[in-house]
Amino acid sequence: MKLKKGIPVIDQGDKLGFWGGKFGGNFVPETLKKPIEDLEIQFNKLKNDKNFIRERDKYFKNWIGTPTRFIKLNNLTKHVGGAQIWSKVVSDANGGAHKIYNATVHCLLAKKSGKKMIIGDTGAGYAGKMLSMAAKKFGLKCKIFMGAKDIKRQQPNVKAMKKNGADVIPVYSGSQTLVDAVSECMRYWVANCDTTAMCVGSTVGPAIFVRICGWSTSQISRELKIQLINEFGAVPKKLKLYNCVGGGSSSFGFWNEFMDYDKKQVEFIGVEAGGPAKSKRHAAPLTYGSKIGILHGAAQYVNQDSDGQIEETESISAGLDYPGISPLHCFLKDTKRARYTAASDEEALKAYQIVTKYENLRPSLEPSHAFSVAIKEAKKFSKNTIVIINSCGDAYKDRGILEKKLGKKYVKSN
Amino acid sequence: MLNPISLAFKKAKKEKRPALLTYTVAGDSSKKQSLEILKAISNYADILEVGVPHNTPVADGGQIQTSSYRAIKNGIKMNDIFKIVKDFKTSKNSKPIILMGYYNMIFQYGENNFLKKCKRSGVNGLIVVDLPWPENKIFSKKCKKNSINFIQLLSPTTSNERLKSITKDSHDMIYYISMLSTTGGKLKVSPNKILANYNKIKKTNPKKNCVIGFGITEKTISNFKNTDGLVVGSQICKEITRCLNNRQNPVINVSKMVSKLRKKIS
Repeated sequence: MKLKKGIPVIDQGDKLGFWGGKFGGNFVPETLKKPIEDLEIQFNKLKNDKNFIRERDKYFKNWIGTPTRFIKLNNLTKHVGGAQIWSKVVSDANGGAHKIYNATVHCLLAKKSGKKMIIGDTGAGYAGKMLSMAAKKFGLKCKIFMGAKDIKRQQPNVKAMKKNGADVIPVYSGSQTLVDAVSECMRYWVANCDTTAMCVGSTVGPAIFVRICGWSTSQISRELKIQLINEFGAVPKKLKLYNCVGGGSSSFGFWNEFMDYDKKQVEFIGVEAGGPAKSKRHAAPLTYGSKIGILHGAAQYVNQDSDGQIEETESISAGLDYPGISPLHCFLKDTKRARYTAASDEEALKAYQIVTKYENLRPSLEPSHAFSVAIKEAKKFSKNTIVIINSCGDAYKDRGILEKKLGKKYVKSN
Repeated sequence: MLNPISLAFKKAKKEKRPALLTYTVAGDSSKKQSLEILKAISNYADILEVGVPHNTPVADGGQIQTSSYRAIKNGIKMNDIFKIVKDFKTSKNSKPIILMGYYNMIFQYGENNFLKKCKRSGVNGLIVVDLPWPENKIFSKKCKKNSINFIQLLSPTTSNERLKSITKDSHDMIYYISMLSTTGGKLKVSPNKILANYNKIKKTNPKKNCVIGFGITEKTISNFKNTDGLVVGSQICKEITRCLNNRQNPVINVSKMVSKLRKKIS
């Protein structure tokens, strides 16, 4: 299995949509073949259309607010001692997380194909919140499917979705988290694909959704590359990019522009959710060697039992609480372009405390996983190593959990 | 020699009625009870679809999901399902069995192993909901080699070009999904429209037995008397749930329901 140079990773799949011959694909009911094919034709055409790119960039700039900041974390660097620690503050984006890029592109596509309604899944509530914002912006009706357990633990985002006029549909099946929300959303699409567009909230699902999402979030690394050159005059000789990985949309977008660099120069480190320290129900299929299986239309490494039933996961962070992983990351793992590891709930909380103690930055629980590993490893690196963590979400949505786990002062002081 | 599935269609045709296909979930509500249900309804149905429950289904509506979760919760495993089929096949008055499920269960078992086990336990056909054409080309050939019917699905969104290719690659039976819906949805398309599509499929290849599924219930079934076969699933699953909630015997009640369905198309 090999990564090709000079071709975007999203376009390296084969005819049937498999990366490396075995990840991804289209394991969908017959009914969805046509709408998926329509979306493929539309996207393949528009992604090379200058007018469309201009339109996308206009919304990205004026509405989402690009570029997001690239800042040095001086105090944290001093405290850790070792590499220079920087952050790409993607949570600056309108709505507070990277999910806005994919949501905006999907709404643009839906609008152009004449659809009146768009549906989406959400875990942490960011994908749903952003889709509801974009739908409102583009005049589309919006339905968001969300696990009942996630609705309880991510209330601020639920309120935001409702305020934007979206219907939030609670999903009570299975573990009542993201995995069930995606299933329910796909089922709704099966029944309504003639009038309704679907947005999959991450780089998961049938191949076209993986590609659209990866293409959209790649805005992050496009900006970062320019910011690096402005700051250092060139892409640094020793660069390490840390990102949390749930479905894998923010990490893929954070890395994409640097794909062709040698990994000795630009290393990618993906941090999965290890779950509670004593639990075996992690959400880290790449770190703990899960087997390949089919989930939500795509072949991927996924937590499952020997029969092929998908296993429930457990993580403090709703956004990472997913038993599967993007086919793109499976591909990056098996081609050894990226390295994957996991942080536990406790480690993420600890990292959140450290970051907020030293910096005026409030990463949500998802990027706190990445901070945890970055802080640990940065100690061992030389001063000319540049460590960058994608702070892809803001902790506002986690207020309830943080207050419960760490006490009121951690919420108020920020 | 005709395979058992084709024979079942032939027999129904002789009696001038569509074949009646039922769908129940293996292990719902227990291994023993699901076997008893199969034995009871095979007095009235021509072909029995046995659902392989999966916990992340992308095409099942609420009724079948409820049945599936119940079966999984009660510990049903792939090998138990083969055992249920085998036990059913050795009972008197057994009928052709089609396993219906999602590809991951086959993938984890190993395609070849799965087919070997199907053959040994007496499975006659397979419907794999999320393995569409052309992704299913290799697997469907393997099925054919093992004398197992791989049943292709067609839907209202299937283009004419696809329709031709899929029917060409299909075995003896084709499954037409009546409308854009998950299983168990209300029939939201007029029967005439469904029949028009059905006739289009039959015209493409008159030899293939084409069944209609999704939205077929006691209320709607008599609209489709002039077809090769009809599948009732969600209504049966719903009846099992109702019986369990009211502490009634699902075996007796489901059997009554299937007998009624049969009368409506005879």
